Amino acid sequence: MLDATPFDRLPHAPGVGYKPQHYADILRDPAPVEWLEIHAENYMGDGGRPIAQLRHLSERFPISVHGVGLSIGGEGRLDADHLARLKHLMDWLKPASFSEHLAWSTHDSHFLNDLLPLPYTVQTLSRVASHIEQVQDTLGRRMLLENPSTYLAFEESDWSEVGFLAEIARRTGCGLLLDVNNVFVSATNQQTDPVSYIDAFPHAAVGEIHLGGHDEDEDETGAPLLIDSHGAEVVDPVWALYTHTIAVGGEKPTLIEWDTDVPEWPVLAAEAARAAQVLEPLAEPVA
Amino acid sequence: MTVTQDQFTRAMLDPGAAIPAGLANPDGRPATRRFDVYRNNVAVSLTEALEQAFPVIRKLVGETNFRVLAGVYLRQHPPASPLMMHYGQEMPGFLARFEPVQSLGYLPDVARLELALRASYHATDSRGVDPARLQSLPPDALMASVLHLAPSLRLVRSDWPIHGIWRFNMDPGAPRPEPRAEDVLILRPEFDPTPSLLSPGGGVFVARLQAGDTLSGAHDAALDAAPGFDLAPLLGHLIAAGAITGLTEGDLP
Repeated sequence: MLDATPFDRLPHAPGVGYKPQHYADILRDPAPVEWLEIHAENYMGDGGRPIAQLRHLSERFPISVHGVGLSIGGEGRLDADHLARLKHLMDWLKPASFSEHLAWSTHDSHFLNDLLPLPYTVQTLSRVASHIEQVQDTLGRRMLLENPSTYLAFEESDWSEVGFLAEIARRTGCGLLLDVNNVFVSATNQQTDPVSYIDAFPHAAVGEIHLGGHDEDEDETGAPLLIDSHGAEVVDPVWALYTHTIAVGGEKPTLIEWDTDVPEWPVLAAEAARAAQVLEPLAEPVA
Repeated sequence: MTVTQDQFTRAMLDPGAAIPAGLANPDGRPATRRFDVYRNNVAVSLTEALEQAFPVIRKLVGETNFRVLAGVYLRQHPPASPLMMHYGQEMPGFLARFEPVQSLGYLPDVARLELALRASYHATDSRGVDPARLQSLPPDALMASVLHLAPSLRLVRSDWPIHGIWRFNMDPGAPRPEPRAEDVLILRPEFDPTPSLLSPGGGVFVARLQAGDTLSGAHDAALDAAPGFDLAPLLGHLIAAGAITGLTEGDLP
């Protein structure tokens, strides 16, 4: 081994969620995108084009592996087969980062393909912490845990979400993935203040930021109800909250997530360029 | 009030089930519309996964009917794994039993073909054997050999014209399907699985190769099934597509 791999960490620059339809565009001219994120579960097949493309991209870009199926917030044990598949992917790909969600998706061997909410209690805290320790022990690396978008509240919750995430990070040593769109969506839905959430967040633990689009709806009382859809541009209030986040917490690798109604590459690259504009003034301070 | 994930899951998969108590709006009232966001996310994301897996079934029954069908399917067969690339394995059996599509007897086999195409797409990569190695063998030795087939090779045999139906729905210029039984061979020369229609005897031949029979054993079985079976073009097709990855030479008779 001549050198450590140059792609062993994510740069403090924009990345995008990788979509196969952008493969040729990314190889031709990725600017301003400097790194890519993949959903782990899409690359757990035995072979074929997805694995070949990922292998090729990983020679050009730092890769972040983002899991959507581990069900870290699940009541039951982690799926041992799935954890083994994840370890296999991590072992051959050697990505810069691994992240998962504060959510559950599997119950009683049924996988529901959505990120479902959990109450913030001392019981769920110790369960999530032990699952994270199991993941970190199995993978032999630190993981990042992402704050969720939520649509309702559990009456039984007696921790704030920020306090819950901070305590998990403290207990397990895991890092956090701060999804600024999720903060905005959840704060709107829970009628709380997103700026206070950002100000209280343990920024030293943040290893990555997510930005994405959401849909607007309302509940049966007419109260606003935002849905995390990853199917549109990041809205201006979320950009403002992101700018505030960078000012408070410093530059971080920042991902544009666009998973449904995926646009042509220039639209996605323009979103990444907007993130770069927020990051750059800090990188080159005016004397 | 503790909400268990069991209660949450049941309410999510059954639109008629009561929403668990203990889930609230910001004003403290019980959540209704807000719980439906999760219900809807689950149903929509699984329906989309099925739409991706079964584009031809979707065309055959129509988009609206497919969504209804998917809604019934996903509640009877929620995914058993987080790998959406495997979701839908029970679709052929489901279509065979689903009352509204009983008049479309070919649907289960078309679904098997679509599952086989997807499985081929994700199968382990392999390299075809050097044709020179096969040519260097004396014909008797070649016929006594067992061929190793690529992991991406799939065979789908049907009493229905599934290849014709598949092409008619995927390829705008394709002819109308003819009423007949069709066996389909799927090969993946590089990354794109390609289905082709086998001539009479071809299905038996490939099935015997898959079962580990020798080339001569498979050839004899194909000739029994279809006296006009011609080995050379099919063998050439397999070799050209890299679908033969090696061979075990057998004992000469």
